[in-house]
Amino acid sequence: MTDATIILEDDREAGFGDFFALLKPRVMSLVVFTAMVGLIVAPGTVHPFVAFFSILCIAIGGGASGALNMWYDADIDRVMKRTKGRPIPAGKVSEGEAFAIGVTLSAFSVVMLGLASNWVAAGLLAFTIFFYAVVYTMWLKRSTPQNIVIGGAAGAFPPMIGWAVVTGDITLTSCLMFALTFMWTPPHFWALALFMNSDYDKAKVPMLPVTHGTRSTRNHILVYTLILAITAGALLFTSIAGWCYLVAFVVMNALFIVGAVKIWRRDDAASKADNFKTERSFFKLSLVYLFAHFTALMFDAMLSGLLGGMGIGGPF
Amino acid sequence: MAITKLHELHTRRKSRNVGLALVLGLFVVLILGLTVVKVTTVDVSNVGSAGAHE
Repeated sequence: MTDATIILEDDREAGFGDFFALLKPRVMSLVVFTAMVGLIVAPGTVHPFVAFFSILCIAIGGGASGALNMWYDADIDRVMKRTKGRPIPAGKVSEGEAFAIGVTLSAFSVVMLGLASNWVAAGLLAFTIFFYAVVYTMWLKRSTPQNIVIGGAAGAFPPMIGWAVVTGDITLTSCLMFALTFMWTPPHFWALALFMNSDYDKAKVPMLPVTHGTRSTRNHILVYTLILAITAGALLFTSIAGWCYLVAFVVMNALFIVGAVKIWRRDDAASKADNFKTERSFFKLSLVYLFAHFTALMFDAMLSGLLGGMGIGGPF
Repeated sequence: MAITKLHELHTRRKSRNVGLALVLGLFVVLILGLTVVKVTTVDVSNVGSAGAHE
């Protein structure tokens, strides 16, 4: 062994944080939050420890699918500026290790969720992992500009799983929570793709701005934002929406539609002139949008628990 | 002669070992907690159906 190989192996030695990074902690936080809201707003009760354990299983399942995504996408992650610091392109974790962690944690999380709560929730988690790792990552991402539209389903399942942990079933209300996140995903990612266009182009990922141009992407953002507002409004007619949700719905959708119109009215020259200021602020607003809707649902559930006996119901 | 100076590599290796130990410890605690909850919580629906069979 030479000095050079010692230095090389030294650089490759992964810390615990590198393995944790494989689970995409930021995505996991969204999964945990929406699953928790699904669990809180569901009719019925579940033991707090079972609720905590179930959320943990959903988080691990979401993380496992992230590890499988990083394993499969290691080649394009090396090319993109946004992802080249991830553990595999950085040389900290090998592709085989990421695959092993992804498969092991997937099986572990599904089985443990089934044993802790019920097999409907476990089945939904298994389908979520399959959808993200196989349908989105392997089939859609590199083949169609609609990758985000269909693949967004994977990130939309957690509130349905949280709901199923309590009720053991799938209802129209839980499907509408799914639809909210599902319809939110395209405008959120297309706004990102507008100012990260060159990254996706370099990695040959067929994102909408790469395949159909930025004009078409701006049109798509506006149309999907309007459909999203209708979808979010549908939740108002369910038993889980109350006054908090009504306020969040009105304020956030007004802001989001205004943002989408601003993006639609701009062209590339204007965007480049201010370094995509409007697109960046729309992207940030999209994060607040989803957080506000689910937080409002959570508050409504808490308020109805506190004030339900006083006959204070929802807006409709 | 013993190696007394720790390299950054040892710190990273240690973080991995400590992290794994904590994860395994947490797993044991969680399974214990879940077992206690499952054993002590009475499922009312099952009690009803069990009574009907008798």
